[in-house]
Amino acid sequence: MDVRSRNQVRVSGRPGGPVVMLAHGFGCDQNLWRLVVPTLEREFTVVLFDHVGAGRSDLSAWSEDRYSGMDGYVDDVLEICRELDLGPVTFVGHSVSAMMGVLAAARHPEYFAGLVLLAPSPCFIDDPAAGYRGGFSAEDIEELLQSLDANYLGWSGAMAPVIMGNPERPELGQELTNSFCATDPEIARVFARVTFLSDNRADLAQVAVPTLVAQCSSDAIAPPEVGAFVQAQIRGSRLITLNATGHCPQLSAPEETAQAIAAFARTLR
Amino acid sequence: MMCRNDGDQSSGPDPGQPPDDDRTFSALLEDSVEDLYENAPCGYLSTLLDGQIAKVNTTLLNWLGYKRTELVGRRKFSDLLTTGGRLYHETHFAPLLRMQGEISGIALELRAADGSRMPVLVTSTVKTGSEGQPLLIRTTVFDARDRRAYEQELLRARQDAERERERLQQLATTLQKTLLPPAVENVPGLDVAAYYHIASTDEVGGDFYDLFPLAAGTWGLFLGDVCGKGAAAAAVTSLARYTLRAAAVYDPDPAAVLSNLNTVLNHEYNGTDPRFCTVIFGLLTPDGDQGGFRIILASGGHPPALLLRADGTADYLPTPGGQLIGVLPDADIATITFRLARGDTLLLHTDGLTEAHTAIRGERYGDEALLDFVRALAPTTAQGTITAVRDLLGTLGTGVDDDTAVLAVHVPRADREEQQRPR
Repeated sequence: MDVRSRNQVRVSGRPGGPVVMLAHGFGCDQNLWRLVVPTLEREFTVVLFDHVGAGRSDLSAWSEDRYSGMDGYVDDVLEICRELDLGPVTFVGHSVSAMMGVLAAARHPEYFAGLVLLAPSPCFIDDPAAGYRGGFSAEDIEELLQSLDANYLGWSGAMAPVIMGNPERPELGQELTNSFCATDPEIARVFARVTFLSDNRADLAQVAVPTLVAQCSSDAIAPPEVGAFVQAQIRGSRLITLNATGHCPQLSAPEETAQAIAAFARTLR
Repeated sequence: MMCRNDGDQSSGPDPGQPPDDDRTFSALLEDSVEDLYENAPCGYLSTLLDGQIAKVNTTLLNWLGYKRTELVGRRKFSDLLTTGGRLYHETHFAPLLRMQGEISGIALELRAADGSRMPVLVTSTVKTGSEGQPLLIRTTVFDARDRRAYEQELLRARQDAERERERLQQLATTLQKTLLPPAVENVPGLDVAAYYHIASTDEVGGDFYDLFPLAAGTWGLFLGDVCGKGAAAAAVTSLARYTLRAAAVYDPDPAAVLSNLNTVLNHEYNGTDPRFCTVIFGLLTPDGDQGGFRIILASGGHPPALLLRADGTADYLPTPGGQLIGVLPDADIATITFRLARGDTLLLHTDGLTEAHTAIRGERYGDEALLDFVRALAPTTAQGTITAVRDLLGTLGTGVDDDTAVLAVHVPRADREEQQRPR
């Protein structure tokens, strides 16, 4: 399988420059980075990709078996690193992708110059026994799945038959999925579960590459104490709080986010 | 004097109308902008870019039971959502709104002051300044209580339908399996392979085959196709299979076997609901010390078998005149006797393969194309033939709209190497 087309990999920016790889989280695709990319491209080689199932990735490569846990995604990240062979990268993982970066760097530290964990949460579900507050309960996640269902009524009715019914004409599906962030509801449900039900707290201590934890000042999904928890678990890591609000600083404060990534990546040379 | 501020007389009332009506109509037009905002039939909300509520109309306050001072400058829009809705807002709604500048018709639930939930449809746009810079977010909120109840019914119906469909597929697959041998028998001195291609997982197809031992080193084999699909066809398939096996024990002459099946189907399905099928039945007898087999094939209206010879040639084994089994009280059965020598392969198939639609509109794959296909294959083995046909079916893809069964038997060559090849 061609990894580049499977994950819709795009490489841009300064050839030969240090490599920054941007990984999107649940809910959208590589479009999410488009406001920070121009700044980073001036100095770095920028690698963008879509997780399988998102954006313009190859949907035929998706299977529930491979992508119902973090490992399938982590394998993909490592495969992209191997395929591009650009040397150690600064991996910027947003939200759930931050934990993919943690797992990938634990398995193959030699692929990574450093990690930027953007609005990370190693576990969204509260764990009172361990004194850990992720901010959510399992019921909340079920409610999110209902929200997904409520808003995919139109998608599955109108789009799925066109895409599913014409495997020999993939361009039909591509035209439709071009609208930002449209995702097959079945895939979205599975990815939502991976995102919000995974618990990667124990994996944080395995990270042995330089790490920057960047959290937002007001994030309904990853509260400040979660960012502090992540920083405390990763030896030698640094925590910064961006002025950006919300869960997507690359959209709400693109310049500040790009500068934070660039400043960290520069220290890794 | 009324304060008409549009100054556009052409769109005003007809000057010929009585002055009283004119006044009433104008008064209606004077519906104040403020009142229109506050008491609109939908909720209005303006928020800063970080979601902080800057302005909210009376309609929305009444729906939710909040005082204006409780929300403005104190709460964010996402604070009004359920927790699951907030997750959706942060991961989908807010990013899309930022990227597109607008987002419409999103189904969310708002939490009222008393804790109750209100299903709404939300549309937001970003108001931008003269430089295109985003300034604030304007949101309209529609009451979707009735609509959501209806949608949930639809959703439930869809989930029920999906569950039922899965159950049906499971049932069809299970039933299908009971109509085929779990694995084809290992025949001494013969290499055997078979494949069943399911065109639709929703329905049980009517193709069947089997290979089984008879008296004194002889073997029986058959492959057939029941007209129709679904449960009714499956019942005929089942009857045909067991009748063929029993009839072959009673009298192994292939023509007699098919005649008996014809009689049974005529008795079982006489009158208003005739059921019929096409079948090839073969009797295999080891051919002395030469390592080959003498084969008698009887056909009742079935597509002819193919012989792929060791010398690389291939031909149909014509059985003209054989009639459908189960239609007439006395069906004509055609037979052919031949020798399957070392290195030869016999291929039986159902017409799902030759009737498959090709990429050219309106065209079927056809008998000629199949003959060309196997001529290119010969000489080959049973597994080689079946693998090639599987690939062919894969290439034809959705053009194969009927189930297809293929059964190949091959006599290995004398050389040690092929004798030892695993089956």
